Amino acid sequence: MMQQVVDIMRKRALQLLGSGTVNRVIGWKNGEFGYDQTPAVFKTEDELSALVYDSFSSPNLSKYLIEESKKEGKILAFLKPCDTYSFNQLIKEHRINRDGVYIVGIECCGMVDINKLKALGAVGVNGIADDGETITAHTLYGDKTFKKEEVLLEKCLACKGKKHVAFDELIIVNAQDDEAKPRFDGVKEIEAMTPDERFAFWRSQLSKCIRCNACRNVCPACSCLQCVFDNPKSGVASKATPDTFEEQMYHVIRAFHVAGRCTDCGECSRVCPQNIPLHLLNRKFIKDMNEFYGEYQAGADTETRPPLVNYTAGDVEPTVISDKGGDN
Amino acid sequence: MQVENKEFKPTIVAFCCNWCSYAGADLAGTGRMQYPADVKIIRVPCSCRVNPMFVLRAFQRGADGVILCGCHPGDCHYSTGNYYTRRRMTMLFDFLDYLGIERARTRVEWVSAAEGAKFAAVMNDFVKGVRELGPNKRITDLRCKPEEKEGE
Amino acid sequence: MFKIKKTKLNELFAAISDGNVLYVPCNIKGDTDYAVWGEGAEADLETLKTVKSAKSVFFPQCEDIVSFTREGKNVTVNSMQRESEDFVVFGVRACDAKSFEILDRVFLSDPVDTFYKTKREHGTIVALCCTRPEETCFCKAFGIDASAPAGDVTTCFNGEYLYWQPVTEKGLNLTKTLQNLFESADENDELAVADEQKNIREISEKLPLSSLDLSYWGKDDLLEKFNSPKWGELSEACLGCGACTFVCPTCQCYDVRDFDKGNGIQRYRCWDSCMYKDFTMMAHGTPRPTQMQRFRQRFMHKLVYFPSNNDGVFSCVGCGRCLEKCPIHMNIVKVAKAIGGEKDE
Repeated sequence: MMQQVVDIMRKRALQLLGSGTVNRVIGWKNGEFGYDQTPAVFKTEDELSALVYDSFSSPNLSKYLIEESKKEGKILAFLKPCDTYSFNQLIKEHRINRDGVYIVGIECCGMVDINKLKALGAVGVNGIADDGETITAHTLYGDKTFKKEEVLLEKCLACKGKKHVAFDELIIVNAQDDEAKPRFDGVKEIEAMTPDERFAFWRSQLSKCIRCNACRNVCPACSCLQCVFDNPKSGVASKATPDTFEEQMYHVIRAFHVAGRCTDCGECSRVCPQNIPLHLLNRKFIKDMNEFYGEYQAGADTETRPPLVNYTAGDVEPTVISDKGGDN
Repeated sequence: MQVENKEFKPTIVAFCCNWCSYAGADLAGTGRMQYPADVKIIRVPCSCRVNPMFVLRAFQRGADGVILCGCHPGDCHYSTGNYYTRRRMTMLFDFLDYLGIERARTRVEWVSAAEGAKFAAVMNDFVKGVRELGPNKRITDLRCKPEEKEGE
Repeated sequence: MFKIKKTKLNELFAAISDGNVLYVPCNIKGDTDYAVWGEGAEADLETLKTVKSAKSVFFPQCEDIVSFTREGKNVTVNSMQRESEDFVVFGVRACDAKSFEILDRVFLSDPVDTFYKTKREHGTIVALCCTRPEETCFCKAFGIDASAPAGDVTTCFNGEYLYWQPVTEKGLNLTKTLQNLFESADENDELAVADEQKNIREISEKLPLSSLDLSYWGKDDLLEKFNSPKWGELSEACLGCGACTFVCPTCQCYDVRDFDKGNGIQRYRCWDSCMYKDFTMMAHGTPRPTQMQRFRQRFMHKLVYFPSNNDGVFSCVGCGRCLEKCPIHMNIVKVAKAIGGEKDE
């Protein structure tokens, strides 16, 4: 099913390269095992033969466009619907040169989480077959088949919808329902806990952090040239977490800094080597902003002011926190 | 949690804006109104100057509670600074609550230059709340408390 | 050789814990890492690879080195080095076991790293055969036999038994203290273990990356490798995070940092990553200003510089953790193939 899309993508990329509209193409390149794709830039027909797009093309290419859009000539970028939100947000923040990018929006049928496959017993995955409904993992110890909906990435379980919010043209072969899925259930579960339980939950999750910075470096909203946590003059630069405080500091500040700019693309949770549910931090901010200051989706457009750089005279008072009841 | 510790003297950091709350604190002082000496005031040009990192740093370095005071909304010396503070700190403090940090350790209050009595009352009330909670253990850096490190 | 029923593993762990600190792979909130065995830390020996390698027991991510305290005009300097307790690391796979040989070459050569050395002296490694190697495993490419891990004791699961073979003196000493738990293994057991080992070797044979050709790599033609035009395109997708280096069993770079406690300074060392912008930052700046250079450094170090200085030994053991954990799935195998394959073209 996806093969058809890849063929069209490849053909279109060649046309645009041929006509001189673009001089490079950014997409995904196949790996060793059928699930380990790497974002790559293609320049020739020969190179383009390695272009792939399937249920494992999860890396969000928008972040690469910060650098790529400033290089000479235009780059063709294949963006999934949720990637276009990140793209828009980066345009809003003047991080991407819009004239340097030609966006081809491509359909998305949901991305699969290889870790979920492995956790469900697919040991030694050496190839993947995907018919849209089911995913079959060819493993060293026999084949295993899963329903696709059971192994979707967390970000796809909370899909914002299949609409592209920024594109120059679209490639859509199989139309998808454009339905946003609920995404605050996880946050509500934690909110319903007692403070002690909440603390215990986050303590056990955040203490797994190895400070590899993968969440930060993959995050399209983390586009600072120099992060405060890398700046020795900031007084908070720390390469590791010698004390539990450092984990809280890092994750609180990171979540706060992307609040209002986070499009909930879910890359942070996807890349975390320790599987910390980082999306639950970002979604808490999104949920609060929606409740207190009105519905807002970062990256839905390139103009509206994000809630944290805006105000109204009648905003809720901070006492709203203590007024909501519950323990202390 | 050590609740009934009569000896416990909390460290409270109060960020006060230069134009209203700091003057309010001044008025409380000249008016001989009493509030606990546990409150350490840090004067900032505007409540909006307070970066979330300041709050966390205060906790790291041993604060048991952090309170932010600014002009009443609409009265900001810089017109709109405290409107931003209001949004930011609502977000931050609700987030800390979400992480399981006790709610009574953080607060935002609007205190004008004329409200010396309110300043004293707010501080008394806030310190009382923090005292009831006991020492901050959840968001602090143990390295800064060497004597407690062994016992933990 | 000795054997013990799988169902009695907890008794075994309890016995080892009596007198030693016991580190075992434990499942903590869904992820398996080495942790001290005990209340609330259930051993997880099913998972093949811990997130962090066994390196973290001997060379922890953070370690206090020295503290400075000031009182008046006096500054007191306290070494934070402690005499290590005896400890046992159980369940070390062949790749991680081999990584100690590589770490030893770094930390035990002059000047000796006393922190690491103390831990090595007090630590007993109980290695475990890999029953089910995974697709990301390529230890065989480095001549490592997953069925015969190096350690003070070698163990192997087969059927309902764990087979226990002490190898070194440390291993024998540990075995003595556990004697009453073990049954002696007879000839049939020897055969069962040999059978299982054969099994493992057969799977290793079939692993997709076992035939990885490393003949291009090593100390020769250093400049040719260094100047390969492929580094640019390979590193293009690299995000510059440190996931690969922190899960790696052989990465050994660290940084020394000071923390101002308010009443003194705590000096600690922590893992560092050559992928970071501020790696080896000096007064004039960083010697590797681009991500391509940093990326190249990591792989050149593992496949060229390290073998040049260490009798041809690669600083990679093929555990495959970086293959699993890289956010964008760029890894040493793709690099070795892309650049090492040039010769044939």
